[in-house]
Amino acid sequence: MNLLKLFGGNRSSKDVAKDRLRLILINDRSSLSPQVLESIRREILEVISKYVEIDSSEVEIALTKTDAEEGNLPALVANIPIRKAKER
Amino acid sequence: MGEAIVITSGKGGVGKTTTTANIGTALAAMGKKVVVIDGDTGLRNLDVLMGLENRIVYTLVDVIENRCRLKQAMIKDKRFNNLYLLPTAQTRDKNDIKAEDMLNLVNELKEEFDYVLIDCPAGIEQGFENAVIGADRAIIVVNPEVTSVRDADRVIGKLDAKGIEDHQLLINRLNIDMAKKGEMLNIEDINDILSIKLLGVVPDDRNITISTNKGEPIVLDEKAVSGQAFKNIAKRITGEQVPLMNLEGEGGGLLNAFKKLFKIGG
Repeated sequence: MNLLKLFGGNRSSKDVAKDRLRLILINDRSSLSPQVLESIRREILEVISKYVEIDSSEVEIALTKTDAEEGNLPALVANIPIRKAKER
Repeated sequence: MGEAIVITSGKGGVGKTTTTANIGTALAAMGKKVVVIDGDTGLRNLDVLMGLENRIVYTLVDVIENRCRLKQAMIKDKRFNNLYLLPTAQTRDKNDIKAEDMLNLVNELKEEFDYVLIDCPAGIEQGFENAVIGADRAIIVVNPEVTSVRDADRVIGKLDAKGIEDHQLLINRLNIDMAKKGEMLNIEDINDILSIKLLGVVPDDRNITISTNKGEPIVLDEKAVSGQAFKNIAKRITGEQVPLMNLEGEGGGLLNAFKKLFKIGG
């Protein structure tokens, strides 16, 4: 992974500003409150925990946007690192 | 019957009051009958920017509470006798005024003036409600910064919800050098994100501070670029088509590159 690129090494700071703004506005404009997002997060984790062992401190669930081709719609994206599958 | 325009932004310190004073003065210089209203009860400053702070006797709060007539609270400008300031109270707060009272006040002024400009306070609470209630259209002042653009988006949403759909964007304090180097959001970036109609662009200008020191709006300074930008904006408000202002200084190859990049502005 190119960390430099990820953190804006080659990009101008105004591009970083623009990307941050886009994400901020998706959250501002959506009707999902932080409380609702937290409930979603908790319930998703409950379900997933039944089947796999996860590190709940590493879980990220956030509103983001889909690609331009898909019309820049808001999307819920979850990043849930799995430690190992539970034995069944 | 005149038109009421609210100058708003959400965020503080982006130049709402400076914009109100300058557009008001520029419209008056064009021969329009103008009144500028200070909507920032408790933290008034429009009087200071216009150099009229020593002339305040009554305020709009006195008018609303029937301690004086509307005419008595209005202060005639030093330079233009078709320009008036309606100041607000410094020792009261925004919750002391009801939106309904502001609506009546603005409607009364629209009878007599071509333009009623309302300087909205920062925030989206009672002061905002009072400032927008009588407005036919809105000018949203934004600085090329993440915080300011974010707050502008919120305010645009609020205005839409209130049915004030005629709103235009004024980009204030654009630093041309920084925008060129990619160190500041440019006109196109802000347009992409907010996608509302652009009324004009005012470049960052040290002369504004000097004009504030003196209490003389920058549009009175014939040489200042920012003053020219405000004059162009005033013309656009009256419906005149005014093309892009040269934001790069005369001549120079970079100017043309800039013009190609941003076909709008000034």
